[in-house]
Amino acid sequence: MKFLVCISNVPDTTTKITFTPDNKEFNKAGVQFVINPWDEYALTRAIELKEAQGGTVTVLNVGEADTEPNIRKALAIGADDAIRVNAFPKDAFFVAQQIAAIAKDGGYDVILMGKESIDYNGFQVHGMVGELLGIPTVAPAMKLDMSGNTATLEREIEGGKEIVEVSTPFVASCQQPMCEPRIPNMRGIMTARTKPLKVVEPTGEGARTEVAAYALPPAKQGVKLIPAENAGELIKLLRNEAKVI
Amino acid sequence: MSVLIVVECDGGEVKKSSLEVASYGSQVAQLLGTSATAVAVGEATEANLAKLGEQGIAKVLYDNEPRLKDFVNGAYTKLIAAAAQQEDAKVIVLANSNIGAAVGSRLSVRLQASLATNVVELPKTEGGSFTVKRGAFSGKAFADVKLDGERKIIAVKKNSIEALHEAGKTAEVVSFSAQLTDADFADAPKQVVMQDQAGGILLPEADKVVSGGRGMKGPENWNLIEDLAQALGAATACSKPVSDVDWRPHHEHVGQTGITVSPNLYIACGISGAIQHLAGVNSSKVIVVINKDPEAPFFKAADYGIVGDVFDVLPKLTQAVKELS
Repeated sequence: MKFLVCISNVPDTTTKITFTPDNKEFNKAGVQFVINPWDEYALTRAIELKEAQGGTVTVLNVGEADTEPNIRKALAIGADDAIRVNAFPKDAFFVAQQIAAIAKDGGYDVILMGKESIDYNGFQVHGMVGELLGIPTVAPAMKLDMSGNTATLEREIEGGKEIVEVSTPFVASCQQPMCEPRIPNMRGIMTARTKPLKVVEPTGEGARTEVAAYALPPAKQGVKLIPAENAGELIKLLRNEAKVI
Repeated sequence: MSVLIVVECDGGEVKKSSLEVASYGSQVAQLLGTSATAVAVGEATEANLAKLGEQGIAKVLYDNEPRLKDFVNGAYTKLIAAAAQQEDAKVIVLANSNIGAAVGSRLSVRLQASLATNVVELPKTEGGSFTVKRGAFSGKAFADVKLDGERKIIAVKKNSIEALHEAGKTAEVVSFSAQLTDADFADAPKQVVMQDQAGGILLPEADKVVSGGRGMKGPENWNLIEDLAQALGAATACSKPVSDVDWRPHHEHVGQTGITVSPNLYIACGISGAIQHLAGVNSSKVIVVINKDPEAPFFKAADYGIVGDVFDVLPKLTQAVKELS
């Protein structure tokens, strides 16, 4: 079984978000980048399935050279090899084309990724890759088990879940509680240094969307405090002043 | 040309988020000087679909195929693509839901359309460009995104658009068939399991949410959260540490790696307000924070606050709500 796990390089979850002076780009200065937390579910689950049933796990990132430390981290967690498509991930369609091209060339059976990236929050790439390859997509998946070429997944729907069965090849976008994401151990970090990381150039048509400007949400006016002994007063304010109940 | 709106239905009713989507779509149609047609998916009644006239919809296409009652990615995508073709849709509007994202992303490739998800405002169309505002960085920022090409798909974030209600207007319900075959149902679910919802209110659709954190001290104290939620007609939620230790199920986890909510009212009880939690809730219209620590960072993001013990404050609030009605 050949697993392809797509990872995104995103600002750490505690990052205070700021932009360049023209508001066109995220301000990377002083920011720690991590593997997208949703992608960690995909990566760990692929490694678990490989360990249980055999196969290989290839990790794929569309990004410039500064994403390599996190690609190495994925190798340290247990992926066998890595591919980096040497390009800024312009939009979801651009990224999906790169993934689809590599998945097709490499004959991957299972293509996994996180539900969405925590920076762009697109929740789009999974479906685009599935459609480009003409294979099913299960998104967002909370559980993934495999028996031979058949996968059983739990797909979250509003208010419940669907149990879905698909045959390889397929795409799934992953979220909790699929597995407990692993962190690298010392042995993993040592072996990751020598695992193959192939760099390829992008292909396809380019992007279909473009960010014109970023903006921060308006700041809150400041909190109105109500003494605990008059807690009931809050309910009156919510009705008469805020008009939300 | 037209604007095509994907309306999700469940148990015969149009989902609340789809009423917002219909209102968004009909306003886009007006902006572009064209008509708004809806295509309904899920289990719907003709009477409820006709009522979409109140949201400015002229015509609703509906395929009565029973296998379409549950979500099937392949079949839904084909159905909506066929409707888009028939109606010559230049803009397709759907909900930023698990269904909307699954279908919208496939459609964008099939129809060669540009796609924006998580959209919070009507588009700006000055100078021939088409720009939408969408949430990014997990609620910490917004992005104005320019959509290229002849066709566009927009997934509208829940609770960000006011639903229109023009009483008395009705839409024409037209039966529609996309000639679906068994192959289109290859990824049909084997089984659908619905959760028990407290008071029947789904967290992602709720316009009021009462949420608890580690300050609640244990799952046995959740009755305090549930009592207030029930009195308000709110859904219940929790912070990540709470779902991590299994005090509450993961589908209640609100935050950067859980559900992002944007209700009119979010009441946080015993939640300190870590930046990852704020990311999931800070597009709520009114935020109330109850915490015994006056230094809790959540107070900086709140509209109203009570510095006090949740075990003392929550029963008082529940009582006060009951006295209102």
